[in-house]
Amino acid sequence: MIEINGVSHNYGKSKILQNISLSIKESGITALIGPNGAGKSTLLSLMARLQPLQTGSIMFDGHSVSQTPTRELAKTLAILRQDNALSSRMSLRDLVGFGRYPHHKGRPTAKDHRAVEEALDYFDLQDMSGRFIDEVSGGQKQRALVAMAFCQETKYLLLDEPLNNLDMYYARSLMKRLREIADTGKRSFVIVLHDINYAGAYANEIIALKDGTLAIHGPPQDVLETNALQTLYSMKITVTQHQDQLVALHHL
Amino acid sequence: MHAKKLIILSVLLALACIAFMTLGAKGSWSFLLVFRGTKLLALLLVSVAISVATLLFQTISGNRILTPSIMGFDALYLLVQTLLVFTLGGFTYVALDGQIKFLAEIGVMLLAAVLLFSTVMGKGRQDLHRMVLVGIIFGVLFRSLTGFLQRIIDPNDFAILQGASFAQFSSVDKDLLGLGILLVSACCLIIWRLRYTLDVIALGRSNAINLGVSYERLSFVVLVLVATLVSVSTALVGPVAFFGLLVTSLAHFIMNTHRHAILLPASMLIAALILVSGQTVFERILKSQSTLSVTVEFFGGLLFLLLLFRGKMR
Ligand SMILES: Nc1ncnc2c1ncn2[C@@H]1O[C@H](COP(=O)(O)OP(=O)(O)OP(=O)(O)O)[C@@H](O)[C@H]1O
Ligand SMILES: [Mg+2]
Repeated sequence: MIEINGVSHNYGKSKILQNISLSIKESGITALIGPNGAGKSTLLSLMARLQPLQTGSIMFDGHSVSQTPTRELAKTLAILRQDNALSSRMSLRDLVGFGRYPHHKGRPTAKDHRAVEEALDYFDLQDMSGRFIDEVSGGQKQRALVAMAFCQETKYLLLDEPLNNLDMYYARSLMKRLREIADTGKRSFVIVLHDINYAGAYANEIIALKDGTLAIHGPPQDVLETNALQTLYSMKITVTQHQDQLVALHHL
Repeated sequence: MHAKKLIILSVLLALACIAFMTLGAKGSWSFLLVFRGTKLLALLLVSVAISVATLLFQTISGNRILTPSIMGFDALYLLVQTLLVFTLGGFTYVALDGQIKFLAEIGVMLLAAVLLFSTVMGKGRQDLHRMVLVGIIFGVLFRSLTGFLQRIIDPNDFAILQGASFAQFSSVDKDLLGLGILLVSACCLIIWRLRYTLDVIALGRSNAINLGVSYERLSFVVLVLVATLVSVSTALVGPVAFFGLLVTSLAHFIMNTHRHAILLPASMLIAALILVSGQTVFERILKSQSTLSVTVEFFGGLLFLLLLFRGKMR
């Protein structure tokens, strides 16, 4: 379980997050949505200890992110960030391999190699695994980064806009895979999504942030609702139903 | 493939060392062996110090054109040295034991480097332009402070200082060799143990933390190591601006890898190969003592401009 308690965050004088308290269940997919600048990435980076907490606390299974050694946390949670500028010259296989570092500390075993190969297979990267990261397309690099986070085999995986750069085929297959894994009950995912329909179709719960505050936290049917979405995004959105799935027509 | 390249480099270096020791040898062998041997040792030591310091600095600051000397590290060392002469007076300074002096200088240097650079080091990745600017400002500041102090001190004291302020691969300070070897070996030992961690650090702060590396602590360690290595090389041969850049660029180019387990030995070997063979050519064949540093700096400087213009910041 992830417990976030009274977390506020400021950059200089501007208040980015204000008193966020929520808890995220042990398994399943939690979607984090909200307008640009709502504070989603900030919240995720605080959860992943990439920035020090200013106020409040964040705990993963009772271990506080500010007190537990980084080395330990790397086996509990992994994050995929929204922007990833990598300067090292390495192949996709090497990049994915870094996901195993918390486990092998630089000396990979057979188990680590197997995990890397599995992740490469899983994300359809095998045939380009020898290519250098600055020589692949945006979507291919994004898949490699997701595979790297995956390889870390942590119980919690925080993904900041994992669908960035992915085409329809890979976006859907990634979400389907996350769903499959979440259904085994072993791992849980917190995913920042902009496409509300993906959130509606694949998440167990949706958390909506607006202007640094918690706007909604509930099951998809609470959020995929005309009024709720219109207030959240300050625009006209119609929600309809296709078979038994709620669909927001936000593009019309 | 990497191993093969490393072996070729080692063989070339061995040949260069033999050439350096034997070419144009006249007179007693026992004298030559000691005389040229110490010089060779110093060249090797300086190669290791400069190449490792540059590689580490580039890893932690996340770019491939900034080096400790461009950021003003060796200017800082010279300032520290000048400050010591200034406060102690030339007489006391000269009377002091060379090694104690050296250690004191390194101590002050470490303190100053940590105070000044720890705030800007990690930011290079986000803001390279600011780093370049900070480096230029620090460099100019340290150099002009040094110049100012040298102008107001006693002319005799000034003469003592002057020997230190030009890159001279031909006349190394031999008293400090033993201590230098000790310090550089200690640094290298620590760095070798960190070689896998350094690979992770090269991915940037966020990725490193995500993978469980205590980024802040390690960048502090690396800063201390860089400052120590720069102190040793500056004390031995004076400041060198672009040599480190030349060496790490070649290492990246030849090895084409991100792994420090390969980049570290490769850049050491390349640096040593350039210095030893260059010194052999200039000193033994062309008989011109001090042009190696000029040549190396010239090509290093050209490379720096080339990298800047081609926008190869990373
Ligand atoms: N380093 C920073 N310094 C100052 N302000 C920042 C910084 N990073 C983010 N902000 C501000 O904090 C607010 C929240 O940013 P954040 O990146 O968390 O938004 P987000 O919800 O992830 O948005 P997006 O959907 O665009 O990714 C924004 O208003 C942004 O301008
Ligand atoms: Mg964001």
